[in-house]
Amino acid sequence: MKMRLVLSFVRPGAKPDPTFADAHCAGPGSNLAISYGLQHLGPGPAQQRFTPQRIRGDDEKKSNFIHMPLSLSTLWTDKKKRSLLIQTAVIVALVLFAWTVISNTATNLEKRGIASGIGFLSQPAGFDIVQTLVPWEMSMSHGRVLLIGILNTLLVSVLGIIAATIIGVLMGIARLSDNWLLAKLAATYVEVLRNLPLLLQVYFWYGLTLMWPKVRDSFDIGGVIFVNNRGIELPVPQFQDGAGIVLGALLAAMIGAGLFWHLAGRSAEREERPLPRGLICAGLVIGVPLLAALAQGFPWTWDVPVRKGFNYRGGLSVLPSLVALWFALSTYTACYIAEAVRSGIQSVSRGQHEAALSLGLKPSWTMRLIILPQALRVIVPQLISQYLNLVKNSSLAVAIGYPEIMSVFAGTSLSQTGQAIEIILITMVFYLTVSLTISFFMNIYNRRVALRGEAGQ
Amino acid sequence: MSEMYRAGEHPDLPPPVETSGVRRWLRANLFSSVLSSLTTLVLAGFILWILKSALIWGMLEADFFGASFRDCASAGACWAVASARFPQYWFGFFYPSAQYWRPLLAFALLSVAVAPWLSESIKYRRELKIFSLFYPLIALLLLYGGAGLAIVETDRWGGFLLTLVIGVVGIVASLPIGILLALGRRSEMPVVRTLCVVFIEIVRGVPLITVLFTASVLLPLFLPDGMSFNKLLRVLIMVSLFASAYMAEIVRGGLAAIPPGQEEAARAMGLGYWQTMGLIVLPQALRIVIPGIVSSFIGLFKDTSLVAIVGLYDLLGLTQAILKETGWMGVKIEAYVFIGAIFWICCFSMSRYAKHLEEKLKRGHV
Repeated sequence: MKMRLVLSFVRPGAKPDPTFADAHCAGPGSNLAISYGLQHLGPGPAQQRFTPQRIRGDDEKKSNFIHMPLSLSTLWTDKKKRSLLIQTAVIVALVLFAWTVISNTATNLEKRGIASGIGFLSQPAGFDIVQTLVPWEMSMSHGRVLLIGILNTLLVSVLGIIAATIIGVLMGIARLSDNWLLAKLAATYVEVLRNLPLLLQVYFWYGLTLMWPKVRDSFDIGGVIFVNNRGIELPVPQFQDGAGIVLGALLAAMIGAGLFWHLAGRSAEREERPLPRGLICAGLVIGVPLLAALAQGFPWTWDVPVRKGFNYRGGLSVLPSLVALWFALSTYTACYIAEAVRSGIQSVSRGQHEAALSLGLKPSWTMRLIILPQALRVIVPQLISQYLNLVKNSSLAVAIGYPEIMSVFAGTSLSQTGQAIEIILITMVFYLTVSLTISFFMNIYNRRVALRGEAGQ
Repeated sequence: MSEMYRAGEHPDLPPPVETSGVRRWLRANLFSSVLSSLTTLVLAGFILWILKSALIWGMLEADFFGASFRDCASAGACWAVASARFPQYWFGFFYPSAQYWRPLLAFALLSVAVAPWLSESIKYRRELKIFSLFYPLIALLLLYGGAGLAIVETDRWGGFLLTLVIGVVGIVASLPIGILLALGRRSEMPVVRTLCVVFIEIVRGVPLITVLFTASVLLPLFLPDGMSFNKLLRVLIMVSLFASAYMAEIVRGGLAAIPPGQEEAARAMGLGYWQTMGLIVLPQALRIVIPGIVSSFIGLFKDTSLVAIVGLYDLLGLTQAILKETGWMGVKIEAYVFIGAIFWICCFSMSRYAKHLEEKLKRGHV
């Protein structure tokens, strides 16, 4: 006789399915119980077979069964049940894995006498940091170290992004130049730097900065900038009364220029000879603050670095490690940006260019109005993901001791406190936050420039 | 018109001077305008100056052999830093020199194992593919030892050997994990899908160096008391997981490029999920993404240099260690140029290969 094992949920008190050879109803008092039993599959009237349809029938007694019997034989062949089973298994495995890791970690931490938690963030750090954007003393906390690390990461990232964009765009355009030598030179630049490990480049440039002259024989650039193996000494402006007015004038001019650009842009589409927008805006942004500065009698002085013994006093000292990291990051990322720019411009079909020229548009207008808006669709997403890479790559600072988050927080603070888990988690969360923020803006951009009506491609 | 035409044969005229030849090429590509000519002259001067300085520094005034930087008396480069330790750059400080033939053989067999996957026209492709499945075991036997060969512990591995081991293991291990992650990301099961997305996005959102720190600092904490694994293995695990997130995105690109009709047709033929994926969808998708995989390998190969930061002596870590020795103070640039050349040759040739494959794919006959 053919039989199969069947499991099904039933309401308590319900009589077992009569087709079961040997059925049990378990769990009185609960809302659901599992009935299991062997079901005849042998010859007999078809409707006596145990099938979901039959249980779903309006027969009073049968309707006590919930209509999906948890039959072992259909557990793998039924798609819904299988997916439920797999997902349950995944969750169980994950929970088990997490539980093992957590309990192992707890044992290990206890054995090494490390207290967990983020209490260490308020403990004094007790080490010095060579470059800080906010005031720092050794008695300040590890929390402050984190802040300094984040700010230094952001500093080198922003500097790197600006420089990489400028170099990258120039190189990308140079690769498309009509001048064969220029195009080949740009291609060589891209191929050389792109195929070398970034860390090697960081070490290389750092090695070069260490070969700069000693403080005594600093390179002197115009008597105001000095380059030596301790860094680059730059003059900084010291603002006096009235500098606020100049700054305000600069801000006002920038806002005004932005508004003008926007408004003039609208009318430019209608007019035959539109105003030279770029020229007027540049004039506004440079001219207005200059006039204000003239009226206030240039309300600042320059704090020029002066050599006193073995060091320079005054001015601003830029670390060699910052210079090396910045240079390495921007030249390396520039390769990828150059490739993005080149592929973006090449992605616009030649017909667009020819059509624009045949309509009588000037070459500069063709570039600005026809090619660029279409190329940007391709360029910008790649550009942003390169910015993201640059921020992540700034963590290589740990190799040359530039005090960003990886080096000063996940390096020095970690070795001092031993709070490895917390510190690495916080560091990862920081990078993740930056990544997710940047990709959030990228998604907004992508949605804005997406071609309408082309199935989201 | 007609009276100007004389019947009979006419000799072929040479093309106008200005449409062919060197002069024409120079005029079109280097001196097409005043600005272009100026650029050409400035750049040519710049390139000549660079080449001249490089030649003088690197060849004419350079020292090629010596036991320390003191033997480099001339003004130019001190290539002794590369020549004095030449074998160590390839195999590490401590790999016994009597056993150098083993990694060399492993390198050679690696190219045999990789060939059938990269070239379609190769002879005995099927047999070679079977060989490549056994290659990891053979390589392990050769590099580590056992079965009659002397054991060489992994902490004695270094240099280019270690770089290659990390790169190859990373990419090979990341391929199956990456495929599973990519399939999981398209799965209809919300739990599986969420898990895959979260894993991929987290890993892609953090720098490799944080992952390596995890390998060296956190992994020992996660393991049961008394159990520990070797540092190289820890790094290999984390590098593979890291690479698999990137691999998943590459494979996802390939999967997205396969028309849905393929999957539907396979289902309609009665194939199950794994049959559909394994027999119909993945073979097509993976073929498309081979260039992507090669590029990803280049990235990983470059990134292996980061293991120097967690204290493994790969090509870069080894160089850093040599440069800290008192005999090689101040010859950084030469050492970096030397290993840079090794990295560059590997990466550049692979990127050329990826480009060649891509063009072949574009023409539609791989």
